[in-house]
Amino acid sequence: MRDTFVKTLLEIAKKDKNVYIVTGDLGFGVLKPFWTELPDQIINAGIAEQNMTSIAAGLAMQGKIVYTYSIGNFPTLRCIEQIRNDCAYHNANVKVVCVGGGFVYGSLGMSHHATEDIAIMRALPDVTVLAPGDLVEAEAATKAIYETPGTCYLRLGRGGEKRIHEKLDGFEVGKAIEIQQGEKVAVFSTGAIFDEVDEACGELKAQGIVPTVYTFPTVKPIDKEVILECAKNYKAIVTVEEHNLSGGFGSAVAEVLAESDGAHAKLVRVALDDRYSCIVGSQKYLRKQYSIDAKAIIEKVKENW
Amino acid sequence: MPIRQIKQTCVAVGDGMEILMKSEQLAWLIRRHGIEMTHISHGSHIGAILSVADIVAVLYNDVANVSPEKLKDENRDRIILSKGHAGAAIYAALAEKGFFDREELKTHYADGSRLSGHVSHKGVPGVEFSTGSLGHGACVAAGMALNAKLEKKPYYTYAIVGDGECDEGSIWEMALFANHFKLNQFVVVVDHNKMQSLDFCENTLALAPFADKWRSFGWNVLDIDGHDHDALRDAFAKAKESADKPTVIIANTVKGKGVSFMEFDILWHYRFPHDGEEYDGALAELHAAMPDGVVDPYEEEAK
Repeated sequence: MRDTFVKTLLEIAKKDKNVYIVTGDLGFGVLKPFWTELPDQIINAGIAEQNMTSIAAGLAMQGKIVYTYSIGNFPTLRCIEQIRNDCAYHNANVKVVCVGGGFVYGSLGMSHHATEDIAIMRALPDVTVLAPGDLVEAEAATKAIYETPGTCYLRLGRGGEKRIHEKLDGFEVGKAIEIQQGEKVAVFSTGAIFDEVDEACGELKAQGIVPTVYTFPTVKPIDKEVILECAKNYKAIVTVEEHNLSGGFGSAVAEVLAESDGAHAKLVRVALDDRYSCIVGSQKYLRKQYSIDAKAIIEKVKENW
Repeated sequence: MPIRQIKQTCVAVGDGMEILMKSEQLAWLIRRHGIEMTHISHGSHIGAILSVADIVAVLYNDVANVSPEKLKDENRDRIILSKGHAGAAIYAALAEKGFFDREELKTHYADGSRLSGHVSHKGVPGVEFSTGSLGHGACVAAGMALNAKLEKKPYYTYAIVGDGECDEGSIWEMALFANHFKLNQFVVVVDHNKMQSLDFCENTLALAPFADKWRSFGWNVLDIDGHDHDALRDAFAKAKESADKPTVIIANTVKGKGVSFMEFDILWHYRFPHDGEEYDGALAELHAAMPDGVVDPYEEEAK
């Protein structure tokens, strides 16, 4: 996903000299193509995320479109006030890019688990929040935030994600994408954990169970229309995210449901159960340990079938 | 008390002559507005407003290429008050330089006003950036200075920073960055008034040797008397001679400068001049030191 991001941004930046990457000394190898081809449009701000973000705001206030790049919580939580005051409040054209949403850097330890970022970034006014689900969505999201004025957050996986969409027409910020039409249960997924949803759907299908599935590459603004439509037509909505329960994608869906009129589908959230991970392990292993893997998704769908 | 509807707070000498304000006059007016604004609003930070007044006056009056006609001029100089709590000083300078009506100064802190306690750019002509949380503005300013370098534009970026603000780690992140990227069109002025919120800086987190710290970070360091306008003008001129280094002007100032009972007294970081002897005493001292050719905008004409 990170390579897709860099490749896509490189094409954009070749055409638009105002596009800059400011990295917090991360992206070894990954940013190389950009560095090689456009060395004048990339700046290493060092291991100093607060200054990095303010520098980006300063550049953006002078007309540049600046992508801050780092991993895990460094481009977000480490400098959240700079994003709030310097970027979002000023509607600065800063695109905060996180590589490693969720348990991507599982074995590196909890410092590198980005599991509250969606909640925190979503809480900021005037910040558009995107978490693409596969390589195709990542490419579309990278293009979309370039087109979207103001401060945006792009939460990426890392590498090795599948290409799940064959192709994607008409990607729009704020719009969910229908993956399959089914019955009884609607599954909503955001971010790279879409591959677990995809795996779950494959197994469910073999058992004759076909839920409706949407990906939500945009968490803010959330696609209320799809949520309300599904709330009317399904027994249950199952949200899936590689993120803590509090304030994340499932919470965003819950907010819409709670304010909707009349009877609506039951909400079931697949997310981290509000504790930090102290287990060592790969992303796949930790997803299993914290019950956000394909098996957990299958169970939730079947329970509500 | 209404602000007198006069075109100029500096009086013309002779007929038809263009009135050119002197920085000493602007500094006095900033102090006068500062006392009035904090008095009316019960606002904080008069000590910092008084300490920074001369820096702001020289910068806006004699140094920076800024004016109400150049708000969108790409080559205008950029000024960011990183120590946003002294916002009243910037608002006063901008009003006196014609960016907006002087009368609006009285709305400082008030319901529905544009003029928040910490300096805000939202809808306020002449303010480049909103600040208030310390350790932000100087870094944003470095970004603007980097832009000048990348685009080969002639403008200078000035950031006014507090000494207490230098407790913030982001200031030193910025100091590394500005040196590394050779931001020679970047000038940080530290209003070194020796005090912060609760105590003297040296009793809080010692900054000394302060100039050496900046020097060791690779900066062009000018250590001056921050109330001496000639020294300030000279320092700003020297900053422009720097070929490849950012400049820091350590402007040694007195917190509360100009009102003896406020000077170096931590009380006046937060206290506003109350009715009676505080307000009257402050005004009496300011009036005693009033430069020639200045009109007190709050005095009734009959007086």
